[in-house]
Amino acid sequence: MTIHDVKEILNCEILCGEDDCDQEIQTACGSDMMSDVLAFVKDQSILLTGLVNPQVIRTADMMDMLCVIFVRGKTPDEDMINLARQRGIVLMNTQLRMFSACGKLWENGLRGGPRE
Amino acid sequence: MENTMKLHYEVDGDDFTRAGEASANVKKTLRKLGVAPEAIRKVAIALYEGEINMVIHAEGGYIDIEITPNKITMALCDKGKGIENVEQAMQEGYSTAPDEVRSLGFGAGMGLPNMKKYTDEMSVESTVGVGTNVYMTVFIQ
Repeated sequence: MTIHDVKEILNCEILCGEDDCDQEIQTACGSDMMSDVLAFVKDQSILLTGLVNPQVIRTADMMDMLCVIFVRGKTPDEDMINLARQRGIVLMNTQLRMFSACGKLWENGLRGGPRE
Repeated sequence: MENTMKLHYEVDGDDFTRAGEASANVKKTLRKLGVAPEAIRKVAIALYEGEINMVIHAEGGYIDIEITPNKITMALCDKGKGIENVEQAMQEGYSTAPDEVRSLGFGAGMGLPNMKKYTDEMSVESTVGVGTNVYMTVFIQ
């Protein structure tokens, strides 16, 4: 599955990084707690979150993630979008809530990663 | 020692949005040096958690990094309020962070445990009212 496929499945709006959407992704994770992302995530390339602050981008960057999706229609400010652009991270948002967004991706074959 | 690179960063305690700048910078430097990705990842996560801690709990401080061909050592020093019980602070889930920090996505009591998890050596020296020094080492395989 590519980031573009994820965009279609979740009906996302791309906020930055539209040129990088052909990247292949293997696994994803969903969390509002960045501490847990740092503790439990390994090699997941997409983060779904309802949290909106610059530390979301920094966390994704530290974990070498390719894409962050904000659920419930949340929209980051211009500073966050610029930070993501600098770090080469694709940002998108979806109107779906966390549970539904994760469920749809699962339904389409995306999984959570090696711990499962 | 030959082939040693030293980096120094001041961490601003008032600016939560910039916390993580030093870690990102170290990560970039290690990449340029061609350090093994697994080691870079460990350093980046441990340092980032440490940096966040310095901003949340200690009003900032400084970070010294030393990179040699065999290992990366990190010293994070602050003049914050100190940790009363280091052993307790090292337990997963133990947190003294205020609710406002939790609303920012941190303060789950995973900071110090994460730093220990991702480094090969770690020690914490802390005196209440004086400050905290955290020393971490990641060996390059």
